[in-house]
Amino acid sequence: MSDADQYLVHEEPFYQSIANEVELYEAAYQERLPVMVKGPTGCGKSRFVEYMAWKLKKPLITVACNEDMTASDLVGRYLLDAGGTRWLDGPLTVAARIGAICYLDEVVEARQDTTVVIHPLTDHRRTLPLDKKGELVKAHEDFQLVISYNPGYQSLMKDLKQSTKQRFSGLNFDYAAGTAEAEIIAKETGCAEDVAAKLVKVGATARNLKGHGLDEGISTRLLVYAARLIKQGINPTQACRMALVAPITDDNDIAVTLKHSIDAVFG
Amino acid sequence: MSLTQEQLDELREMLSCGFEQLDTAFAGCMEDACIRLSKDGVKQLLEGASLICMIGRGYEPVHVFLEEMPEIGQRLGEDTIEKVAQGVWKMSRTPNGKAILPFLQTLGTAARRLNSQEMFCQYVGLIFDMMEQTTRSTHGFHTTIPSAGLPDMLNQVPLLLSQLSLEGLRNWMEYGAKHYRTHPERQRDFFSLQSADSKAVFQRERHGTLFADIERRMDYYMKAMWEEKVQFVPYSAGFDEMRKPYPYYDELGLRIPDVLDEYEDPGIGIRVKATDRYRAILAHMAAHRRWTQAIFADNFSPFQRVAAEVFEDTRVEYLAMRLYPGLRNIFMSLHPMPIEDDCDPTKESCIRHRLAMLSYAVMDEDHPYQNEIILEFVDKFHEMMKGGDCSTREIANLALSFVARTRRQEDQLANVYFSDTEVDYRDDNRHMWKYHELGDEEEMFEQFEKRKGEEKEEEQGLPPRHYPEWDYHAKTYRPDWVSLYESLHPQGNIGVIDDILIKHSALAKRLKQLLDMLKPQQYVRERYQEEGSELDLDVAIRSLIEFKAGATPDPRINMSHRTDGRDIAVSLLIDLSQSVDEIPDGCNQTVLEISREAVSLLGWAVDKLDDEFAIAGFSSNTRHEVRYQHIKGYGEDWNDLVKGRLAAMEAGYSTRMGPALRHAASTLETRKADKKLLLVLTDGEPADIDADEEHLKWDCHKAVQELDQKGIYTHCINLDSKADEYVADIFGPRYTVIDNVDRLPEKLPKLFMALTK
Repeated sequence: MSDADQYLVHEEPFYQSIANEVELYEAAYQERLPVMVKGPTGCGKSRFVEYMAWKLKKPLITVACNEDMTASDLVGRYLLDAGGTRWLDGPLTVAARIGAICYLDEVVEARQDTTVVIHPLTDHRRTLPLDKKGELVKAHEDFQLVISYNPGYQSLMKDLKQSTKQRFSGLNFDYAAGTAEAEIIAKETGCAEDVAAKLVKVGATARNLKGHGLDEGISTRLLVYAARLIKQGINPTQACRMALVAPITDDNDIAVTLKHSIDAVFG
Repeated sequence: MSLTQEQLDELREMLSCGFEQLDTAFAGCMEDACIRLSKDGVKQLLEGASLICMIGRGYEPVHVFLEEMPEIGQRLGEDTIEKVAQGVWKMSRTPNGKAILPFLQTLGTAARRLNSQEMFCQYVGLIFDMMEQTTRSTHGFHTTIPSAGLPDMLNQVPLLLSQLSLEGLRNWMEYGAKHYRTHPERQRDFFSLQSADSKAVFQRERHGTLFADIERRMDYYMKAMWEEKVQFVPYSAGFDEMRKPYPYYDELGLRIPDVLDEYEDPGIGIRVKATDRYRAILAHMAAHRRWTQAIFADNFSPFQRVAAEVFEDTRVEYLAMRLYPGLRNIFMSLHPMPIEDDCDPTKESCIRHRLAMLSYAVMDEDHPYQNEIILEFVDKFHEMMKGGDCSTREIANLALSFVARTRRQEDQLANVYFSDTEVDYRDDNRHMWKYHELGDEEEMFEQFEKRKGEEKEEEQGLPPRHYPEWDYHAKTYRPDWVSLYESLHPQGNIGVIDDILIKHSALAKRLKQLLDMLKPQQYVRERYQEEGSELDLDVAIRSLIEFKAGATPDPRINMSHRTDGRDIAVSLLIDLSQSVDEIPDGCNQTVLEISREAVSLLGWAVDKLDDEFAIAGFSSNTRHEVRYQHIKGYGEDWNDLVKGRLAAMEAGYSTRMGPALRHAASTLETRKADKKLLLVLTDGEPADIDADEEHLKWDCHKAVQELDQKGIYTHCINLDSKADEYVADIFGPRYTVIDNVDRLPEKLPKLFMALTK
């Protein structure tokens, strides 16, 4: 298996298009524009990117960003070897060399000094200088950079710099509207449609509390978890408590309210 | 069973009491007694009555005793009779003879409510305790002055027992007896439930779930399930005995009961938690707010309006249950289920009964009703709802045809059938009606007047904040005991403060050196860095070993340093009572002047350190007026405004420290800093003219404990050389006594730095 092959998405991931985002992304890819996918957690950003990689038949390299990530975690570093040192490409460099879609998940989590290394790749230059190695990698013509970004919990400390933001075209994601979300849950998990519709109703109640004690509402991903538990034969109330209430809050008053809404919806 | 004349005579002989009025009532009382009691019990009853006859309080007590006791004896055991008689005898030996009759009159209610002999005896004991505590003597030997509050309290017993547990009743009584023992007028106000603190304690002791305790939860409920941000206005059902208040809403907010009990219907084994009852009330109102459009009332007759309201209630609940099927359980458990044949349409007005049946039948598909018209309208209702949400107007038309179909002449009867027709979670539907002509009823007038009044009030300072005070005798809080007024301190001449800083410039220079030492500069090591300022030897060696062993070494072998910031929020409370205007021994300035210098320097120093810092002054004039003067807020810079306020500080009134501490904590608590420090600068112990010093001292001690629990470190700087006697009682080890007041300007900033180093 060549390097590129292992990054290919072979099976079609389930993704339900809500508006014309697939079309927009395809156009952006044809022009090799860097894309920023924005939206709350668990609304399908990563799934969308995976789906697009499959659709375009391009390799996909995903990097989950975190605070401790340094530039060399992206670009590559020298490792000690028996005979001396050996250069090891980082994921970004690999993607640039093989022409993959490089997906930096939750890019705000990375420190700002780390994010600037993507700058030369995201403008007309499309190059990646490896200063330690003294090499200038010219990006493969299929290479594209995608970042995801959750504006929900951005703080003063965690925001992208304007110079970074302005290198990307953006797609806004949100939880799908009522019936569409129920459809997604039903298709993803194979649960009954009415169960999915009820789960969406519970989700809506929690999303109403966003900003009033909850940082984030219940995501589609959690609703999918709940549906999976129900499919396993768990009683819906129990499943919802496990998948929807326990993970998102420690506040007793909110938990009680959510539990009541589950009882009210499932009757 | 009726007694023969012979038997009656025999019984009459056992009762040694000569009142003439007795002859007419005796036979009736005895018949009741013989049914309810054993022979022995009747004997006890007559003996007790003979005893009561001897106390010399006239005929009435005897009559009430004979009337009430058979039922109590049957309910709680016959030996209660003798106990009560002995109790009455005992009471008659005190100056409280007047209370005997009301006391006897409460016994029936108490027995029904408490329903066990043990509790009943406790109740009687409570009354006697209260009596003993409030009966007073002139010279301390014989009690001669009757308890002022006892008769008033006995009149309130039915209400008290319906709302309080026995434990709660005891607390309420003890509170009143303790605080107003020596004040007959106030005692009467308290025990007749007139005074504010009486109501407050009553409120605190009520059983059930207080709305205040779950308000946040209900707020979330409205937001999550109904997408509404509403204002709740709790009303009390405890005091309004004339007319039962209903929930309702208007533009000022949702009115809901302040306390609800768990609903229990043991007959059918239903329990609804108080929280769910609140949710039912809110869900019902929220459903109205979502689906009800007001319609004109002028053309409806009263019956038509009642029917339209019930139909509309039913409709919005139906819609709510369609949205949240789980609500059905709660609604159905709380909705009464009228029995079909209970109401006799030839004798009573059955309109409410019919409507309640209809409303229940819509909710419960398995309803037992057979009445054709009801069934027909239930079908019609469901038919209408199939098409969509339907509107208030349409449902009102259905209600009109229901009224027309079921109308009877007897509906006009004054005798309206009420039982099982009241749905207590439903509101009074005032929002549903609009009128072509506005009425000139009192309520409307009030609303208009209120609005005019509101505009004027806004300009004045903040509304008072109420704080509890700790009562060290009772080991409880006195609820809402102190009123605290927060206001901006007036401005003064800024030059004064600048002069102070110039005067102390030498000290300021020394302080500056200290400050520089204190400034954030501690290095914190950050290890495991790939790129850093130094090699971290431990990690480097470990990596080398890994490498030699053939594993992939960890490349993060460097470390770097960063400076650690200070994260402190400080609040300084300055005692501005009258005493600070004095010149202490060995000084030539007043305490206030010296404090001002010290605070100026401290303010300057803290400003250099960039810590969050607030200053406020406090003084008090009885518990009704604690003044809290804002000098500097956390968000304000050390600027001319602040200096001006500091320059204008004036002394006056007394030192009630507890509420000031609590208030300072209420703002300090919300700061995000890691460490929170509350400094109190005072020249004496807490004092006020309406309370003894011991009480205020322990209240203050309690306030310090509360602050501790909130994570606030309290430190007292005391300028009273005799402070050692009390300051440790209040602040524990966290205090500094400054004997040489003159040196305060130097000591205070140093102390602050030492505390925060």
